[in-house]
Amino acid sequence: MRHIISILIENESGALSRVAGLFSARGYNIESLTVAPTEDESLSRMTIVTCGSEEIIEQITKQLNKLIDVVKLIDLAGAPHVERELMLLKVRTTDQDRGEIKRIADIFRGRIIDVTSTTYVIEMTGPSDKLDAFIDALDKDKIIEVVRSGPTGISRGEKGLHL
Amino acid sequence: MELNGAQIVVQSLIDEGVEYIFGYPGGAVLHLYDAIFQQQELKHILVRHEQGATHAADAYARATGKPGVVLVTSGPGATNAITGIATAYMDSIPMVVISGQVPSPVIGSDAFQEVDMIGISRPCVKHNFLVKDVTKIAETMKKAFHVAMTGRPGPVVIDVPKDITDPRIKVPYKYPRKVTMRSYNPAVMGHKGQIKKAVELLLSAQRPMIYSGGGVILGEASDELTEMTRLLGYPITNTLMGLGAFPATDPQFVGMLGMHGTYEANMGMHESDVILAVGARFDDRVTGKLAEFCPHARIIHIDVDPASISKTVRVDIPIVGQVKPVLEQMIELIKDSKTKPSKKALEAWWEQIDKWRSVKCLEYDRNSPLIKPQYVIEQLYEVTKGNAYVTSDVGQHQMYAAQYYHFDKPRRWINSGGLGTMGFGLPAAIGVKLAFPDADVACVTGEASIQMCIQELSTALQYKTPVKIVNLNNRYMGMVRQWQEFSYESRYSHSYMDTIPDFVKLAEAYGHVGMYIDKPEDVRPALEEAFAMKDRTVFMDIITDRTENVYPMIESGKGHHDMKLRVALGTPTDRELA
Repeated sequence: MRHIISILIENESGALSRVAGLFSARGYNIESLTVAPTEDESLSRMTIVTCGSEEIIEQITKQLNKLIDVVKLIDLAGAPHVERELMLLKVRTTDQDRGEIKRIADIFRGRIIDVTSTTYVIEMTGPSDKLDAFIDALDKDKIIEVVRSGPTGISRGEKGLHL
Repeated sequence: MELNGAQIVVQSLIDEGVEYIFGYPGGAVLHLYDAIFQQQELKHILVRHEQGATHAADAYARATGKPGVVLVTSGPGATNAITGIATAYMDSIPMVVISGQVPSPVIGSDAFQEVDMIGISRPCVKHNFLVKDVTKIAETMKKAFHVAMTGRPGPVVIDVPKDITDPRIKVPYKYPRKVTMRSYNPAVMGHKGQIKKAVELLLSAQRPMIYSGGGVILGEASDELTEMTRLLGYPITNTLMGLGAFPATDPQFVGMLGMHGTYEANMGMHESDVILAVGARFDDRVTGKLAEFCPHARIIHIDVDPASISKTVRVDIPIVGQVKPVLEQMIELIKDSKTKPSKKALEAWWEQIDKWRSVKCLEYDRNSPLIKPQYVIEQLYEVTKGNAYVTSDVGQHQMYAAQYYHFDKPRRWINSGGLGTMGFGLPAAIGVKLAFPDADVACVTGEASIQMCIQELSTALQYKTPVKIVNLNNRYMGMVRQWQEFSYESRYSHSYMDTIPDFVKLAEAYGHVGMYIDKPEDVRPALEEAFAMKDRTVFMDIITDRTENVYPMIESGKGHHDMKLRVALGTPTDRELA
């Protein structure tokens, strides 16, 4: 089953490699990983999407907690949460299909943030499956480049992951 | 007080109470060695290879409970230390390793003797630090010792670039008395409710078994374990790492469990209905085939490391906490409880265990004209009256030592259990002897293992650490040969050496006493003579039966009840070589 593990970790050099190294050393799956500093610049927030049986996910969270730099973590899959992923997508355009591509982007609430005579760059955020659906809706041959951030997530309600 | 970086490192060690530092100099640590030269409190032990430094420090920690400290230079010094760091990591031994690094401005430029020590050591340390600022050294040192010693202990590496120890840069120094880390708060007390549930289950057991590991020794909880076990009257087995946590000569002790554990311990585990695992981690050498592990048992597991719980074997009542306070609470609850262990059930259970014991799984051919390795260990036990510190290397001799030397006290059995590091024994013996100069220290080894760190014989002479080396020389890598005999139709692929040095001459060349023993009747007198030479390191090259195997054995992939026992008429190898 897919899990989203959200981690508060000391913002130190090498912290990322400790987490990434743990996954490779123990043979855990890692679908995506995003990391950036938080409002407290001594801390980074990391979001890892992984999958595995309940036993494996339990081990993953225990092993992550065991890392000295990890301050706190939660498994978002265990409670109501929202998740979003950012995608930037560059497509080749012609005079004939520009309007069509823009309409599809509008339906998916994407924004065109760069235009040249032959290309669009479309920005889109949403749950990962929505981004997948958008890609599917486009003509494959038109896509020049896709960049995705990997999902990040946050729990709903009063609770939060903080010190 | 203003000190330079090198002095701060040394002074921090002194303020931390460090007595010995094991190391080897080199370019990146020259400032540090200059600071060591200019003081008397911290004693430096110069080894002959960095691996030896880590094993000696590791064994010092195992024997004393105090952290072992190592100093190595950058590049090859650091990589040579890795085997020893990994050894300590697998057995949760507190160790602080200071490695030199090339100066900060050239890090990443493939400078001379540069290696990414933080990266290389990361998978085999509890934590590591790169010091980036001279003002941060003292705090980093304190953190390193704090992390190494608390929770589930382990090795910590501090990588110190050369410019950080520059003697020209002086800063105010104060060693912090305490350090707190918001991201690191290891559990201490176990959950009260869980402990209560555990005691209830334990007292209701019909066929209980206590299975304890190295965590009891690391957690200084041998007294509590012993008290509780005697209070309950239950049988107890120890893992390889846990030997000595409960007195081996106590009738409640059923021996070691696992791959080369006793018949009674493994059968007891297999038939048990309640298992109390204390400071043990259900290692594959202990469990055998997981699907067949303790099929009838409900399991209680006490461990300071939550990640050890339900890692390989699902447990019913987990208790996360230090073993000592948890056992103390359990003892109190057991004493206060109205429920007492069922006398009738326990009597029947002991009767069953005695039946298994009557198999005498550790018996061997005592009439052989050849020296049996088991006999040597039995004699070693008698000559040292069971009081020696015994270090070992890895292989058959290690198992014989574990099976036939009865450890009654914790911290006396010093071996590389998790990583299985050949070459551990001799430097380990030196580390132990430095900690306890008046104690008998024996290194049980084999002719293959000893050659992996034999250069430390020179260290033993320099620092006058008279250890006794018991070399069980069967002219084979015995354990490899044994597996090849059992699983590869006796195709002994590269498990012997065509050339073996004359160990007597070698010992003498290093300035020690060498002895060659090839008759069973000479074993006892040789051991007595060797241990009587209080101020000499003695190398006993004992020529043993080359066909002897370690029994019982659970071959990999089999369950506890599926043990290979000694064949009365000898093994195929006996016949082949007869």
